[in-house]
Amino acid sequence: MWHTRRRALQRTLVPFAFLAPFLVLFAFFLITPLVYALRMALYNERLVGGTVFVGLSNLEQAVQDPSFYTGLEHMALLGVVQIPIMIGIALLFALLLDARAVWLPSLFRLGFFLPFAVPTVVAALMWGDLYAPSFGPLAQISRDLGLGTPGFLTSTWMLGSLGNIVTWEWTGYNMIILYAALKTIPPEIVEAAAVDGATPLQTALRIRIPFIAPALVLTVVFSIIGTLQLFNEPQIMSVIAPQVIGTSYTPNVYVYNLAFSSHEFNYAAAVSFVLGGFVFLSSYVFIFLTRKQR
Amino acid sequence: MTALTFLEQGFTRRNRRRSFATLFLLLFLIYFLLPLFWLIVSSTKSDPQLFSTFGLWFAHFNLVQNLREVFTYDGGIYLTWLGNTALYAISAGVGAALFATMAGYAFAKYRFRGRGVLFAVVLGSIMIPQTALVIPLYLLLSKVGIINTPFAVILPSLISPVGVFLMRVYAERAVPDALLDAARVDGAGEFRIFRSVSFRILVPGFATVLLLSFVATWNNYFLPLVVLSTPKYYPLTVGLAQWNSSSSAGGGANVLFSIVVAGSLVAVIPVAIAFLLLQRYWQGGLTAGGVK
Repeated sequence: MWHTRRRALQRTLVPFAFLAPFLVLFAFFLITPLVYALRMALYNERLVGGTVFVGLSNLEQAVQDPSFYTGLEHMALLGVVQIPIMIGIALLFALLLDARAVWLPSLFRLGFFLPFAVPTVVAALMWGDLYAPSFGPLAQISRDLGLGTPGFLTSTWMLGSLGNIVTWEWTGYNMIILYAALKTIPPEIVEAAAVDGATPLQTALRIRIPFIAPALVLTVVFSIIGTLQLFNEPQIMSVIAPQVIGTSYTPNVYVYNLAFSSHEFNYAAAVSFVLGGFVFLSSYVFIFLTRKQR
Repeated sequence: MTALTFLEQGFTRRNRRRSFATLFLLLFLIYFLLPLFWLIVSSTKSDPQLFSTFGLWFAHFNLVQNLREVFTYDGGIYLTWLGNTALYAISAGVGAALFATMAGYAFAKYRFRGRGVLFAVVLGSIMIPQTALVIPLYLLLSKVGIINTPFAVILPSLISPVGVFLMRVYAERAVPDALLDAARVDGAGEFRIFRSVSFRILVPGFATVLLLSFVATWNNYFLPLVVLSTPKYYPLTVGLAQWNSSSSAGGGANVLFSIVVAGSLVAVIPVAIAFLLLQRYWQGGLTAGGVK
């Protein structure tokens, strides 16, 4: 009796022992900063009077902040255009590689995935130099062809130029996730379709893509989260195009500058919470919309 | 028409289609490899040549001189950054993978109170903007006095919610309950079962999370940018970004552009090699995450 009760207690504690290292770190370095940030957002530092409780006023200000929305609009536009292109290409690659429709599939898998190994800082540095209007090779080629100097780093094209960097970095990663999902389709299903006379295109549209719909949703949600949080690329680009990027080109660039240039830590925390709200909202809306269709 | 010619026709049509698809992908391959080709070409050029020659082809071969400058500039600080990056990435990679494996295994193989809620919280944390965490982290770490130390980078990097998610899915599929029950009947304790039975099965997933966490820390920029202020603790990303700003500012006392380029190439190589060597793992291990 004693023995069994002790066993039972041990049984309940075992999973928590396995979870303990992760959960302790999670509590210290994720939950604590989050709670602290929330607290910060509710207070203000005043020169006279020190820390003052201001309730929701920082959050109210953040929700109405035009600088925040400038960045958010950039990211919304980038997301609506770039994510479908990137996931579309990644899906096409994954389908072609999975169907053995190309020669040298492992070369392509590795080559497309390689940019993921490149630090975003280095990726932004490289593309920044490729875009350069004076010595950049793309401009050199364009001038040789008599097409003039392209304005990759102008305010008109900057968003597209950033979108290109993001696409370059993440297409291969998404391709690998989708490819791995395609690999789990039982071969009998695809073979049966072929026996029934389905063309490869029909098989892809009616069987293979619907089968990996959950993985597709996952890649899009990760992309939405990543896009709304874009920081490294615009931060590095601001070195070569300071007038175009400015201090609020993306929400995270804005938050960073609020905190470390203006030292408005409390307001920065409030803005980052509002951003978090938008990230949650857009991911949730996307999951909801795709769930309804299925 | 005989069966043979019919087959032959089908075969050549299939080949033609395959060649066309290959050609199509080759165009994209050029796009994906072009910046890296540019990086290799550029790191062989001297500083003036970077601005005066065609960017996508070689000029006078100056690679050795560039590398020497990378590793000797400012008292050889680059080598310190490289060492820091390796230290941060290896310790965070191994730690994150181990803790994520244990946690994912617990979520997959045990029923306990609060399991669903806890897992939802862990997974939901992926959506928190990094600024929402790193800025308060900066203030908190300042209070406990580990700001501007290697711990400020390593400790937060030990958490991998995506890793927990991957390992849960992986453990659910790879570790059969019957095997665990058999080991229990044999009288093995839960931790011994994990160490000598389950972990062995989980190694491919572990290696995947290790690789992903290693790369994430090696490439991380935002966290070290905020929590470190002394250059001798910088990882490569922060150091290179600083060199880049200095070089873009121009003038005689600044870092040469050729050093930034060659330094960038050196920073990419270790991760690229890790990916080549561990191909089997990231290609197989990611299967788990792709299906859920």
